[in-house]
Amino acid sequence: MKKLAFIAVSAAIAAGSPAAADLVFPSLSYRTGPYAAGGIPFADGYADYMTLLNERDGGIGGVITRVPECETAYNTERGVECYESTRGEGALVYQPLSTGITYQLIPRTTADGIPLHTMGYGRTSAANGNVFSHVFNYPGNYWDAASVIVNQLLEENDGSLEGQTIALLYHNSAYGREPIRTLETLSAQHGFELTQLAVDHPGQEQGNQWLQIRRERPDYVVMWGWGVMNQVAVQEAVNIRYPMENFIGNWWAGAEHDVASVGADAAGYRSLNMNRLGDMPVFAEIQEHVIDAGLAAGDGSNLGSVLYTRGMYAAFLAAEAARTAQEIHGVAEIDASMMRDGMEALNITDEVMEAAGMPGIGPEFTVTCEDHGGTGMAIMQQWDGEAWVTLTDFIAPDDSVTQPLVEEDSAQYAEENGIEPQCAES
Amino acid sequence: MFYREAGDFKTSYAADNQTFPILFDRYRYYFVLFVGVAIIPFIINDYWANSILIPFLIYAIAAIGLNILTGYCGQVSLGTGGFMAVGAYTSYKLMTAFPGLDMISITLLSGAMTAMVGVAFGLPSLRIKGFYLAVATLAAQFFLIWLFNKVPWFYNYSASGQISAPERDFFYFINIPVTGPNAESWAKYLFCFLFVFVLAWVARNLTRGSVGRQWMAIRDMDIAAEIIGVNPLKAKLTAFAASSFYVGIAGALLFTVYLGAVEVGEAYGITKSFLVLFMIIIGGLGSIFGSFAGAAFMVILPVVLRNILTGTMGWDSALATHFEFVIVGALIMFFLIVEPHGLARLWALVKEKLRLWPFPH
Repeated sequence: MKKLAFIAVSAAIAAGSPAAADLVFPSLSYRTGPYAAGGIPFADGYADYMTLLNERDGGIGGVITRVPECETAYNTERGVECYESTRGEGALVYQPLSTGITYQLIPRTTADGIPLHTMGYGRTSAANGNVFSHVFNYPGNYWDAASVIVNQLLEENDGSLEGQTIALLYHNSAYGREPIRTLETLSAQHGFELTQLAVDHPGQEQGNQWLQIRRERPDYVVMWGWGVMNQVAVQEAVNIRYPMENFIGNWWAGAEHDVASVGADAAGYRSLNMNRLGDMPVFAEIQEHVIDAGLAAGDGSNLGSVLYTRGMYAAFLAAEAARTAQEIHGVAEIDASMMRDGMEALNITDEVMEAAGMPGIGPEFTVTCEDHGGTGMAIMQQWDGEAWVTLTDFIAPDDSVTQPLVEEDSAQYAEENGIEPQCAES
Repeated sequence: MFYREAGDFKTSYAADNQTFPILFDRYRYYFVLFVGVAIIPFIINDYWANSILIPFLIYAIAAIGLNILTGYCGQVSLGTGGFMAVGAYTSYKLMTAFPGLDMISITLLSGAMTAMVGVAFGLPSLRIKGFYLAVATLAAQFFLIWLFNKVPWFYNYSASGQISAPERDFFYFINIPVTGPNAESWAKYLFCFLFVFVLAWVARNLTRGSVGRQWMAIRDMDIAAEIIGVNPLKAKLTAFAASSFYVGIAGALLFTVYLGAVEVGEAYGITKSFLVLFMIIIGGLGSIFGSFAGAAFMVILPVVLRNILTGTMGWDSALATHFEFVIVGALIMFFLIVEPHGLARLWALVKEKLRLWPFPH
């Protein structure tokens, strides 16, 4: 039995040995489990954009891209296995789309010299490139998101949240707990009261939390949810007739599938988004070169949805970083350390986005050695019962609040792990 | 032909009572040890270590631990995940509070801490039995996870509630890191192998000594055991202590050596309790070999299946994952129908067959 397994595994590994000279962007996706609803469109968008580059432009700088997919089911142990099994193929950058897996990969990828891009998730203080040399979380992070929401609420309330109550409904994991520190600081600063309501994995059981919301009637409910938790929360909010426009999700709690099951009753529910929606020229090209050609990663039905767009945006940022790395080092077949240099020199301007067929998809931002976090700007969007409608332009977070927290947390990490600041000498 | 007693003469009681009384079996055991210590560390790569061998070794320790309690002493426990979390958090607190401490001491202390917690939660077993005890240990599972989520002291007040393992050495004069990102695979593997070897050896000798006989007497019929002079308090609590010690070490190693960073609700949730319970049921209750077989079945088989389905056959990764559930589930049912006593019994039958092969009666 064991011997058989040994032979089988050896055969499997031998068969999967890499063909060199591709640009490898592993996709640690999850198409199964309670978080699949979010994982599928993101993985589709990521893979489809890379396929588009191959089909239309012949890859990046003339080198074909490859996206080996590995199923993690949002589980950290499987995430480790996926990392180890794809690492040997010459992986350029990892995007695990899971805060839990991110925490595991931060030390591993740093030791292995592979960059990690956690776009709007993961460890917030990784924005400090001085400490986290191989971790990037541009264009935004959770503390930015919390600050953006509060800024928007301040604007709606004529600049004061004094005496208001905000309930934070969060996924009881590293992901959901991230914004607490920022919201506590902001609560002290602006005088609103913060109630914390934790929802345990996977998030189907929220009866108690909503009972409490029903009893206490907080002025706003802010949600840090993911997967099945979002749908349940929206349903519960409708059930207790909570005013939906006062219920605000972060950027992982605002996709079509989160509200579609409730439909028109959920109209008014708002959420953040780090990428703009709407019709972009790139979608037509994906339709033509990828989906109609039968090369789509999924069934093609997600094209243009919130998370598909975000997955595509993530792939676009990775591709631009690879292009930048090719320019810096003057070679087309880059490796992971060159990719890191490219990510650190990334400069996303309107022209770059326009050229890629996605004008204004995100804010303009520049990555530097010290700042791996981007601008942190986000838009507010609202569900009108049938589709997401963009409400605002990009809103800036309050850096004076988030920056000290980033410094403090990254300093603690640097001390625990004996890390010297990397940007000093350059 | 194989596994024959012929020609292997025992001249002392010690020789007569050894764990592997058959010469061929003994050689096989030495061979496995030799491969484990002298060959694998030299050829191991990161993938084999981190995806297959290290999780297998760690879950084997957990399975032996639960087998002591459930298989040998007959006390059903669903609190394995919670006890593993105790081991992990003890390790984390020790690693961060005493940076000079080596990993062997930390891991043993984590086991000892878990043993104490296990005894505390084992006290109800003196009054309640069977399913009711299962429910009581389930409460331990949920309480411990809640505690580690609720009290920030356990995770050193970090923003996310995650704990992550800093770099620590093997032993105080062996300055080879076994935790953290710079640890070599062979060092991590040998560290786990050492623990598995010693703990399995201790477990085997505990279970066939007087303590083990008391456990088994309690398992088979507790009233009769009490009448013949077994102290149920002592027997049950020692079983809880020994079992929790093992489970705690497994939990500590899972965090420090294998995962490196842990989210308590996810890594040590109720699914982990069930996973270890399934391991011993499939492997064989009341058998050390069964613990290894069960751990191998539950840890290695999914990885092998995934590699065959996506790597060799080129299936879509999501489809392969769904089929993995189907195939593993079907195999579990198949094994339980064909051999309700687990893989250990199957192995014993194979040995019987091999003994007669190639000339059966």
